[in-house]
Amino acid sequence: MTVRSSGNQPIRVEQDVVLARQTARKLAQECGMRLIDLTKLVTAVSELARNTMVYGGGGDMDWAIVEDGLRVGLRLTFRDEGPGIPDLKLAMTDGWTSGGGLGLGLTGAKRLVDDFELDTAPGAGTRVTICKWT
Amino acid sequence: MERIPILQMGDFLLVTIQVDMHDQLALTLQDDLSERISRTSARGVLIDISALDMVDSFIGRMIGMISGLSRIMDAETVLVGMQPAVAITLVELGMTLPGVSTALNVERGMKLLRERAYSQ
Repeated sequence: MTVRSSGNQPIRVEQDVVLARQTARKLAQECGMRLIDLTKLVTAVSELARNTMVYGGGGDMDWAIVEDGLRVGLRLTFRDEGPGIPDLKLAMTDGWTSGGGLGLGLTGAKRLVDDFELDTAPGAGTRVTICKWT
Repeated sequence: MERIPILQMGDFLLVTIQVDMHDQLALTLQDDLSERISRTSARGVLIDISALDMVDSFIGRMIGMISGLSRIMDAETVLVGMQPAVAITLVELGMTLPGVSTALNVERGMKLLRERAYSQ
């Protein structure tokens, strides 16, 4: 897999969630992603960026346009230095929430993308990497 | 403070969301709407989301809350204009908006509101 271009977007305040969505939309358009896939990706970005801000206490979104043979995709990593997720299995259950939401953020985001990787430990922050291919 | 305008048309309130909302803006709309329903004794609320190119779980929850709170304030809510890609994404996200009435466009939404509000 080769990286065509990459960059970073800070997620510190609520307005940054909107900016993260807009950045993802622009990049997905650059990749030539079709509208339905683009909408799914941007929605997943919104869920994950909100998690980074609300539960992680802020962090960053790293982006990369990647190539794998003939495929082009957008890979995004959401990382924070927050408290981490103590019970991953529980967090990946539909409808479970620790913060008064609907509990669809993580599980929903996973369903909306092609690749989903979650790396977390109590006290060690959280890192979620997603990829959507065109 | 940034706000989404709420228009009054007879017995109904009309909201057209045309900006990419951050969470606080969505919460403000919820508060503003409940206050306006109470002040104007509105019988119905029409929310047009045809300009929204994304609805995530937060906005979906806000729509559900508005629908629920207007119902207990004796007003109906109809959500109109959802783009097909948004609908597909919402269902895949696991959000089917139970209890929220929908119509394809503003015209059908208004018709539905009139039927509901005046049939009782």
